[in-house]
Amino acid sequence: MAKGIRDKVAILGMGCSKFGERWDAGPDDLMVEAYVEAMADAGIEPSQLDAAWFSTHVDELGTGKGGTPLSIALRLPNIAVTRVENFCASGSEAFRGAVYAVAAGAADIAIAVGVEKLKDTGYGGLPVGAPGTLAPQIIPNGSAPGNFAQLASAYRAKHGVSREDLKRAIAHVSVKSHANGAKNKKAHLQKAVTAEQVLNAPLIAEPLGLFDCCGVSDGAAAAIVTTPEIARSLGKRDLVTVKALQLSVSNGFESQYNGWDGSYFHTARIAAGKAYKEAGIERPREQISMMEVHDCFSITELVTMEDLFISPEGQGWRDVLDGFYDADGGLPCQIDGGLKCFGHPIGASGLRMLYEMYLQLQGRAGERQLKDPVFGMTHNLGGAPSSNVCSVAIIGQEGA
Amino acid sequence: MVGIAAWGAYAPRLRLSRKAVTEANAWVAPNLRAKAKGERSMANWDEDALTMAVEAARDALGVTDEGRAGVDALYFASTTAPFVDRQNAGIVAAALTLEKAIASADVTGSQRCGLAALGQALAAVKGGSAARALVVAGEHRRARAASSQELDNGDGAAAFVVSAEAGAAEFLGRGSVTDDFVDHFRGADAGFDYSWEERWIRDEGIVKLVPPAVRAALQNAGLSPAEVTHFCFPSVFGGMAASLAKSLGIAPEAVRDNLALTLGEAGCAHGPLMLAHALEQAAPGDVVLVAQFGQGAEALVFRVTEAAAQAHPARGVTGSLLDRRAEENYLKFLTFNGLVEWDKGMRAEKDNKTALTTLYRNQDQILGLVGGRCRETGVVQFPRTRISVAPNNPAVDTQEPYRFAERRASVLSYSADYLTFSMSPPNHYGMIVFEGGGRIMMDITDVEPGEVDSGLPVKMVFRVKDVDEKRGFVRYFWKAAPDRAAIAAQAAQAAE
Repeated sequence: MAKGIRDKVAILGMGCSKFGERWDAGPDDLMVEAYVEAMADAGIEPSQLDAAWFSTHVDELGTGKGGTPLSIALRLPNIAVTRVENFCASGSEAFRGAVYAVAAGAADIAIAVGVEKLKDTGYGGLPVGAPGTLAPQIIPNGSAPGNFAQLASAYRAKHGVSREDLKRAIAHVSVKSHANGAKNKKAHLQKAVTAEQVLNAPLIAEPLGLFDCCGVSDGAAAAIVTTPEIARSLGKRDLVTVKALQLSVSNGFESQYNGWDGSYFHTARIAAGKAYKEAGIERPREQISMMEVHDCFSITELVTMEDLFISPEGQGWRDVLDGFYDADGGLPCQIDGGLKCFGHPIGASGLRMLYEMYLQLQGRAGERQLKDPVFGMTHNLGGAPSSNVCSVAIIGQEGA
Repeated sequence: MVGIAAWGAYAPRLRLSRKAVTEANAWVAPNLRAKAKGERSMANWDEDALTMAVEAARDALGVTDEGRAGVDALYFASTTAPFVDRQNAGIVAAALTLEKAIASADVTGSQRCGLAALGQALAAVKGGSAARALVVAGEHRRARAASSQELDNGDGAAAFVVSAEAGAAEFLGRGSVTDDFVDHFRGADAGFDYSWEERWIRDEGIVKLVPPAVRAALQNAGLSPAEVTHFCFPSVFGGMAASLAKSLGIAPEAVRDNLALTLGEAGCAHGPLMLAHALEQAAPGDVVLVAQFGQGAEALVFRVTEAAAQAHPARGVTGSLLDRRAEENYLKFLTFNGLVEWDKGMRAEKDNKTALTTLYRNQDQILGLVGGRCRETGVVQFPRTRISVAPNNPAVDTQEPYRFAERRASVLSYSADYLTFSMSPPNHYGMIVFEGGGRIMMDITDVEPGEVDSGLPVKMVFRVKDVDEKRGFVRYFWKAAPDRAAIAAQAAQAAE
C-alpha cells in the first residue's frame, strides 16, 4: 500500500495572472505574469529551479506543443520541462508532476505552470472539434454545456426533483459564485447577479442558461513546491503542505457499460474517497474548511457536492439552496468566484484553485478571507460526465 | 411463383403546407396559388434518398435477423443518390448489415428507374440468378424556390423483397417502352431539372408512351385491362391516371390515389410507393398494375395473394401517412434543401474531412451500428473492443458482433444544445440505453424542444451525420428518434 503524499511537499510560492478576456496578452505574457508573482512569493532565483511541469490543453490555439513554449517564455535555465495535458484537469496534472518529483527526491524545487489562451478563436465558448478520425464519425455534434447539461435530466429522473427546483438550485450555485467573484480583482467576472437574472438568461444547453456556464478566459497560474525542510531552510514558516493528490480516469464504465445512471461523476467519487484516505480525513463535511470545485457548469458543481461526500446523495440541491456552500455557510465553496467567475483558462484552472486555497491557508485572501481554514480541497475535472478525468487535491496547514 | 414477399415504405415525418409555400411566393408566382392544396413530405435536414431507402428497407425486412438472411441481391434506385461514383447500394447494404457476398447495383437515370429496378429484380429471381432480392427506391429531389416542382414533389422511399415464393403478390407480367422523349432533364452537374411544356409532355409523351407498356404487361400476364383492380400511375397532371385508364379500358374505380395531397410525388420512388400502398389496401386476388413514365415507360402487374395480409409491414405507406408533423415554415424547407445562404456561425467551420481508412476499418460500427457481445459474460457494448467493458471481467478477445439498430432503447440523459452548430437547432443528443444492455451517446433527431426527457422510448434511424461540403462527402451514422408507437403504448398503459 502506497504511503501517500501527505505532508511530504510544501508550497513555496504561488502566482496567478488576472483572468479574463486578455486581449492585451498572449500566452507568453500570461505565463510570465503568474511566474513573476510565484517567484517573488517563493523568494528564489531561477537557478534554484530543478524541473518544471507545464500544462496547456488547446495547444493548436495557444502555445503549441512541447515544453519549449514555457522554457522560452520564462527563460528557464535549460532544466527539464514536461508538458502535460489531461483535458480541463491539466493544471492539476502539472502540480502533481512537480509535487511527485520533489517527493521522490529527484528535484529540490520544482515549478508547475498552467496557461490557456482561449480568446483567440473569434467566438464565445470553447473551440470546437472532436479527437481523432473515428469519434467525429460517431459522437454527437455537441458542446461542453450540452454534455454537462445531461446531468440535470438524469439527476431529476433519479431523485425525483422537479425541473423548477433543480433550476432554482443551480441558479443559486451561480448567484453564490458571482457574489464571491465580485470580491476578487483577478476574476474574469466581478459582478454580483440575482437569481432572477440567472433564471431569465437565454438557454445555452437545456436546462443551462448563460449564467449556468463558466467564463471562457485567458489566464495562467503557477506553483513552486519543495520539501518542508527546504522551505524552512529558506525562512518559510506556517507551511502549507500537500495532503492528498488523487486522479481517477474513466475506463468506459460510464459510457459503455450498463451501471451508470448519468446523474453523477463515477471518477469523482473514487478520487475523493482516495484523497480523504490519503489526507487522513474521515468526516469531510466537518473537516474540510473550504473548497474550489470544477464548476464548469452550475449543475456540475451541484452533483459534485454529493460526489465529494459532502452532501448526502439526492440532497445536494437542498444544501445549495440552504446556503451551505455560500461564503458564510458551513463549507464555503468557490470563494474566489470559481471557474464561473474567476474564469476557466483550461490549462491553468487546477493551479488557480490551489492558488485560492493557498492564499486562504496563509491568511492572505483579503476581503474574501475565511476564518482559520485548516484544509482546502480542490476538485478539477476534465472531459464530460460520461468520460472524464477527475483530480481531487487537498492542501492544508502543516501537521494538521 | 416469383413475386413480392414483403414490402416497406418511408416518408419523412415533416409535411410542408403547400399554402405556406404559395403564400410566401405569391408576390412572384401568383399563379401557383392554384396548387395551394394539401401538403408534401419534406425530408429533415439529415435525410436523403439513401437514408429514406434504408428506412423503407428496414420496414420491409422487419426487425428479426431472419428478415435479412438470404438476401443475395440488392438494387438501389434513385435519381438523387448522394454519390455519383461510390456505390450507393453498398452503403445501404452496410447499413442493413447484409452479407458481403451479394450482387448489387445502383439503378438511376430516369423517373421510372424504381420500377425498372423492381423489374430487374423480378427477372433475376425468375431467371434463377438471385433467390431473394431487395429493391429499394428513394428520392429527395431539389427544386428551385417558387417553382411548381417545389410544390408537386415529395420525399420518400419504398422497398420490396422479391423471392421465388411470391408471399404477398405474384408477379404476372412486365412491359417496357424506351424512347428518348425529353420531358425534362438534369445534367450531370446541374442542381435542378429543366422541363419542357406540360401540354406536350402529356399529349405526346404520357398518352402515347405509357399505354404500350401497360398493354404489353397485361398481355404478358394474360389479363384484360378490365381485370385490373388497382391502377397505380404517378403523375402531377390532374386526372392523368384516370384519363389513361379510360383509354386503356381500365375501370375508373381501379385508379388509385396518387398521394399528391398527402405526400407529393417522390420521383422514381413514387410508383413503388403507390404499389406498396395498393398492397396494403388490396384484397386477395386483386390485380395491381403499376406504371411510371420517364423516357418511355415501365409497367408491372401483380396478383395479391391470400398471404398478403400477413406480410404487412410495421409502417408501410399507411403508417407513414399517419406519422406526420405539419410544417408551416417554408424558410426551414429552403434551408434544409440548401436554397438559402444562411449564417451558420464560426462553429460550422469545423472541417468534416472523413478518414476513409477509419470509415472502412469501422464500417460495421459506423454504418451498421454493430457493437459487441462478450461470449463469456453476455455483456453487450458499443463499440466492440478487444477488452470487454465489464468492470469485473475485462475478458480479452471475447466479443462477437452484436447489432443494435433494431433494439428498443430509451433516453438516459439528454440536452437540447443551442450553442453547437446544428442545421436544426437546438441540437438534441444524449445517452441512449438499449434493452438488453449497451449504450451510446448519440444525436436525437425528429424532435422539437420540450419533447425529450429521461426515459423517452427511442428507436434507431439511419441518418446523415455530417456533410463535408468542401469535398462533397456525406457521412452517415445512426441517431435516436422518438419511438412513437412505444410512447403511445406507454400512454395507453398509463391511462388504464
